Amino acid sequence: MSKIHVSTTVNGDPVEFLCEPQQTLLDVLRDELQLTGSKEGCASGDCGACSIELDGRLVCSCLVLGAEAEGRDVETVESIAVGDTLHPVQAKILEHGALQCGYCTPGFVVAAKALLDRNPDPTETEVRYWLAGNLCRCTGYDKIVGAVLDAASEMRGETS
Amino acid sequence: MRFEVADTLEGAASLLAGEQGVAHVLAGGTDLLVQLRAGMVKPDLVVDIKHIEATRTISESDGAYTIGAAVAGAEMGEHRTLASDWPGVTEGAELIGSTQVQGRASMGGNLCNASPAADSVPALIAAGATCTVVGPGGTRDVAVADIPTGPGSNSLGQGEFVATINLPKKAANSSDAYLRMIPRTEMDIAIVGAAANVTLGDDGTIMAAKIVLGAVAPTAIEVPEAGAALVGTKADDDALAAVAAACEAAAKPISDKRGSADYRKKVSGVLAKRAAKIAFDRASGNA
Ligand SMILES: Cc1cc2nc3c(=O)[nH]c(=O)nc-3n(C[C@H](O)[C@H](O)[C@H](O)COP(=O)(O)OP(=O)(O)OC[C@H]3O[C@@H](n4cnc5c(N)ncnc54)[C@H](O)[C@@H]3O)c2cc1C
Ligand code: FES
Ligand code: FES
Repeated sequence: MSKIHVSTTVNGDPVEFLCEPQQTLLDVLRDELQLTGSKEGCASGDCGACSIELDGRLVCSCLVLGAEAEGRDVETVESIAVGDTLHPVQAKILEHGALQCGYCTPGFVVAAKALLDRNPDPTETEVRYWLAGNLCRCTGYDKIVGAVLDAASEMRGETS
Repeated sequence: MRFEVADTLEGAASLLAGEQGVAHVLAGGTDLLVQLRAGMVKPDLVVDIKHIEATRTISESDGAYTIGAAVAGAEMGEHRTLASDWPGVTEGAELIGSTQVQGRASMGGNLCNASPAADSVPALIAAGATCTVVGPGGTRDVAVADIPTGPGSNSLGQGEFVATINLPKKAANSSDAYLRMIPRTEMDIAIVGAAANVTLGDDGTIMAAKIVLGAVAPTAIEVPEAGAALVGTKADDDALAAVAAACEAAAKPISDKRGSADYRKKVSGVLAKRAAKIAFDRASGNA
């Protein structure tokens, strides 16, 4: 079975790769492009550890075929910090101690940033619903939600 | 497995029809990729239909909507007028999965995957929606209610697929609603879904009503007795009690880990009653 040649854009850079027809975009990112920030927790769309943006839309990369990335724009967790400067969501997750094992963190970072890009002033309920597709087995969520709300207020220029 | 991208409806139909083995359409992939991974489906061919203009767009003409079968739930929610004209249809589609799943999951996939609990289907049936089916023999319009035939099976023929889902022009003084019951707050499969669509006469009395239940039979079912119980009323307590009784009688649910058959029957009545009341209030301009 011949592989599929795909030309796409990942984190702003033009990228080409070969993939199997049934290979997921998550597997392509991790195994072909060595972008291992996106994690596989469930491979069934339930946990959100593989969250990415595809043409500006938050999706689970485990539910996208690699071949579907042709001509699209893929943004992964690796694009979120600028050089050594963390995005406020990342900085606040650290500050609040909103992680333990850290396996879920990249997915939460991508999903929370996608929320704040659209809604700079979410309520706690809005944050919890938006992040309902991101599972964390360690923290109990409170610190993550607190970190996201704190990042939002910092990004709005309010002192916290 | 081969992967092909179709650019036109005819192109997709001929790819699908030309496959000797198992062919699957790929819309949002939120069912298909899970099933692929689990080995539940072993397609020889997958045809991505998301590059076809007609399957990807929502258009409105003289009040009637044509929604591309592969349009994602999130795109429906963002549409300027769809959510206000058809709040029940939109809330059904938007209940599917998480934010991430919403970015991909389509009504076409929800319908053709044919889960009895598919959240977008009851409100579409209550709305009297049709779908445009394209296949090697041409194009035909089919009632949404006639697509699912049982859990995981649909009435589409070899090489056929759903191109668009079509909502008729909304009647004056009408509205709709969809509610579901899940054991958790988010991210679960409905144990009951209930859609209502009501149309009021000039005096504010219901002159037509449809109630449709999901997850309590092999496919979504319309309950004509429940709709009839609302006609001529203003959704008062007696009428709503009759709706609930009709739905409890019509529901033929299974028992599983999410809920017993008895519980599902009871909840069918409760949700149908509430959905009818919401649709009535919306149609009256009080919601
Ligand atoms: C985490 C998670 C949560 C979920 N929660 C819900 C929920 O709350 N409620 C709910 O109802 N569902 C839920 N689902 C199931 C799924 O997301 C929906 O059924 C969704 O609408 C499927 O649409 P899709 O575009 O992703 O379909 P796909 O996966 O692309 O396709 C599904 C099936 O239909 C076929 N198909 C797709 N489009 C067409 C077409 N136009 N013509 C003919 N055949 C077609 C495919 O070949 C495939 O067999 C959930 C799934 C996940 C992973
Ligand atoms: S790995 Fe994609 S949602 Fe869990
Ligand atoms: S920190 Fe361990 S899963 Fe979230």
